[in-house]
Amino acid sequence: MNNYETVFILNPVLSEEQMKDTVEKFVNVLKKGNAQILNIEHWGLRKLAYPIQKKSTGFYNLIEFSASPDLINTLETEYRRDESVMRFLTITLDKNALTYNERRRKGEFNKNNRKPVRKTEEELAK
Amino acid sequence: MTLQNEPIKRVELKPKYCRFKKNGIKYIDYKDPDFLLKFINEQGKILPRRLTGTSWKFQKKVSQAVKRARHMAILPYTGDSLK
Repeated sequence: MNNYETVFILNPVLSEEQMKDTVEKFVNVLKKGNAQILNIEHWGLRKLAYPIQKKSTGFYNLIEFSASPDLINTLETEYRRDESVMRFLTITLDKNALTYNERRRKGEFNKNNRKPVRKTEEELAK
Repeated sequence: MTLQNEPIKRVELKPKYCRFKKNGIKYIDYKDPDFLLKFINEQGKILPRRLTGTSWKFQKKVSQAVKRARHMAILPYTGDSLK
């Protein structure tokens, strides 16, 4: 069971619930392959540094999970099959990356404003 | 803008150090553009070690993180990166 982190960009023309279903679909792919999902983040609509498929904004999502290595192929074919996914990247996480993500989720790097907004507001309020 | 392809940074004479070893940074996150902007010049190119003074081990991590960020359109491949 290695730790992985996958980030994918969805086409901005999708409506709100279409985006939710596609994210749900990928989460289900992971759940079916009995992966253990650690963290899901939606960065929402973000400006791309260069246009992809003639679009200059994209809907970013991040899923951090731990799974067996052969699940990654099925996940990536799922990405390739779905044409609303403009770009995706799956990387393995070593122990330094894990501690970094842990600290990032706790809001230690407060300059990093892309965490889910709900959580940081409570933290800042504390 | 002078015609050189990248401005020569007048690094002072103090010995260069690897900022990752000094601050104990272990992991360079490719999702964090404002940190990565320190390692690329105005044209979006990765700064060489002789200017930044980072050790080879972390220079590879920086270049890998920058390339991943470019793939995910977090950093531009070319163009002024300071926008």
